[in-house]
Amino acid sequence: MKPLLYLPEYSSGVIVGMYGGRGLMKRLIDMGLTQGTRVHVLKSSGPGPMLIEVRGSRLALGRGVAMKIMIREM
Amino acid sequence: MTTLRKFIKVALAGNPNVGKSVVFNNLTGSRQHVGNWPGKTVDKKEGFHRHGERELYIVDLPGTYSLTAFSAEEMIARDYIIYEKPDVVVNIVDASNLERNLYLTLQLLELGVNIVIALNKMDLVKKEDIDIDVNTLQKELGIPIIPTVAPRKEGMSNLVKAIVNTVKSSKSEYNILRYDPKIEKYIDKLEGFISFTEISKFYRPRWVAIKLLEKDDDVKRKISSMKDGKRVLDKASELEADMENEVGDPEVAIANARYDFIKKIISKVVKGKGKLTASDLLDQALLDKFLGIPIFLAILWWVLQIAFIGSAPFCDFLGDLFVYIGTALEGITGQPYIDYLLFGDYGIIQGLGAILSFVPLIMALYFVLAIFEDSGYMARAAFVMDRVMKKLGLSGRTIVPMIMGVGCNVPAVYATRIIPDENDRMIAILTNPLVMCGARLVFFSAIAAAFFGAYAGDVILSLYVLGFVLVFIVAIILRKTLFRGKPSPFVIEFPTYQRPSLKVAAVRMWDRGSLFFKKAGTVILLGLIVIGILTTTNASTFAFTDNPEMAIISAIGKFFQPIFAPLGWDWRLIVAAIFGFVAKEIVLGASAMLYGVGEEQIASKMASMYSPIDMFGYMTFIQIYIPCIVTVAAIKQETGSWKWTAFAVIYGIVLAYIVNWLVLVIGHGVFG
Repeated sequence: MKPLLYLPEYSSGVIVGMYGGRGLMKRLIDMGLTQGTRVHVLKSSGPGPMLIEVRGSRLALGRGVAMKIMIREM
Repeated sequence: MTTLRKFIKVALAGNPNVGKSVVFNNLTGSRQHVGNWPGKTVDKKEGFHRHGERELYIVDLPGTYSLTAFSAEEMIARDYIIYEKPDVVVNIVDASNLERNLYLTLQLLELGVNIVIALNKMDLVKKEDIDIDVNTLQKELGIPIIPTVAPRKEGMSNLVKAIVNTVKSSKSEYNILRYDPKIEKYIDKLEGFISFTEISKFYRPRWVAIKLLEKDDDVKRKISSMKDGKRVLDKASELEADMENEVGDPEVAIANARYDFIKKIISKVVKGKGKLTASDLLDQALLDKFLGIPIFLAILWWVLQIAFIGSAPFCDFLGDLFVYIGTALEGITGQPYIDYLLFGDYGIIQGLGAILSFVPLIMALYFVLAIFEDSGYMARAAFVMDRVMKKLGLSGRTIVPMIMGVGCNVPAVYATRIIPDENDRMIAILTNPLVMCGARLVFFSAIAAAFFGAYAGDVILSLYVLGFVLVFIVAIILRKTLFRGKPSPFVIEFPTYQRPSLKVAAVRMWDRGSLFFKKAGTVILLGLIVIGILTTTNASTFAFTDNPEMAIISAIGKFFQPIFAPLGWDWRLIVAAIFGFVAKEIVLGASAMLYGVGEEQIASKMASMYSPIDMFGYMTFIQIYIPCIVTVAAIKQETGSWKWTAFAVIYGIVLAYIVNWLVLVIGHGVFG
């Protein structure tokens, strides 16, 4: 288990937990990020945000946000 | 039951970037109108569509991912559906992003209203070799589904027919979608309890039950003020606690239940798997670690150039036209005072002309902004700029209004609407006037050559840099004082790239521009009248004067002279700065008049009176002080507050004074 931020580019994982304020949680859920959901990292390089694919849509997540999502690598 | 309803109220709902505005434009054509939702800076679009005997009244709800109560957009969409009770809600769903889009659909179904789905972007799905079984999807959800390709107007007439049919067959029982039994158990119990209370007369019990279990603050508040409210809330918190013990956080559990439900449907109706699309390939280049930012800046530069060059002839024409009108009409009233106030060199018509000559540029920038948004690149721009902007305490999306400000601050202030967080947005609005706009450039380029010779270009560049540096400094200060907290967490969806629709962009440009001038018109006209009166009224006799030197405005300039004496200004520069409030390029003409020379000689005249350092100081002042009156009107409209508008004006003057003073101290210290 590790934060989504540390998932290497082009690899996939399953969300096992998310931590943060209620507002952020709600937003992540609305965008399709829930426990048990598969995410695929499309871009994670440099100091900027990362780009993931989840439920068929592409999301950009800030590094702070990506630290709050825990992942089991597949 | 078949009743012929002549007037049908329709609401369009859907996620952002699903093509909602194209559908809206297709349906309403030119019969549409844009305003604001009461008390909110969110566009409200309404329009009409005629279908045989029937008139469809269509409201375009703000794009939302969900119907919780976390953002202004979500509240507006939800409240409209609950309280305005549209006959039909058209849910526009992006077929190429079905799974995530259906999350909103399920929430709409929970509300228990008539729904028709427009399954849009079907062409994209086909291109990706994905097959969607529309019939099965229709059966599973229990609502009509119309496949559409909005830009090609495919499926529009079917959509209208489905809307009308839904109203005709108006049923009182809706298909209820049942989630996981573990969750349903609690929803059921609470729903049953609510059904026997007064609340069931106003809201659908199942929806209230779900919302209360989700701890929705807004619904809780509304229920608590109703009869039986307390009993229901007590029951809800009791069940919520039980539920938490069994399945964990109810809010998360219900969301999961919705997604599980969607997963099952998807597995039945969607065949084939998306491959790497052209959009993804494009992203590989545009988001590149090293090239991303240069590419973004290059695109923006070209886009601004096009807006500038494309609008220039229109700007010139309007400016000339008003000069012509003013001159032609001079003397027509027979009353010198009125005449000069209306048609004089600094009268209302000329002031209006100065402002209107910027309208084509403002419109062009609105157009460009719409294209930018529509293409899908906006989210990418925020992505590449986020790491830079975050260091400066700004959200990534702030870059777009900042760069637009180089053209004109008016559309730039409006462009801050793309920033979702309120604090982030306020900072972006309040700092935007510090970005040097095209109007200020007019004054600077005329002056710089005479004072700085070969270094003129560098001086102007330094003023640009000064503007941006101040944006960052002020942003950091505002963030640490008035708008505490971190920039909001960065979560953005990347829509699939699409060819922007010129028609949608043109409609949006027209709506936005005309709405702004309708709203800001009074503020602008009032400002022009005040300045006009100050310029034409003799300071001691209060009679008419056509000599500004005798007018009240000069008296004001002379009155403030002691304050500006440390900056080395005489009263004429103060008056020119006051004129600059109308539109900053007027500073040039005004100073020419005050020094009694033509615009061509003003630079050399000033060069004989001021040292380059003094003039550079004055230029920094003009660069920073109060935004022009049109920008002030925009700030008032977008912050919705006179207090913040006044703040923007006052801090600008204070900051301008300080910087001007520093330039003199440092300049004279170094160069003597």
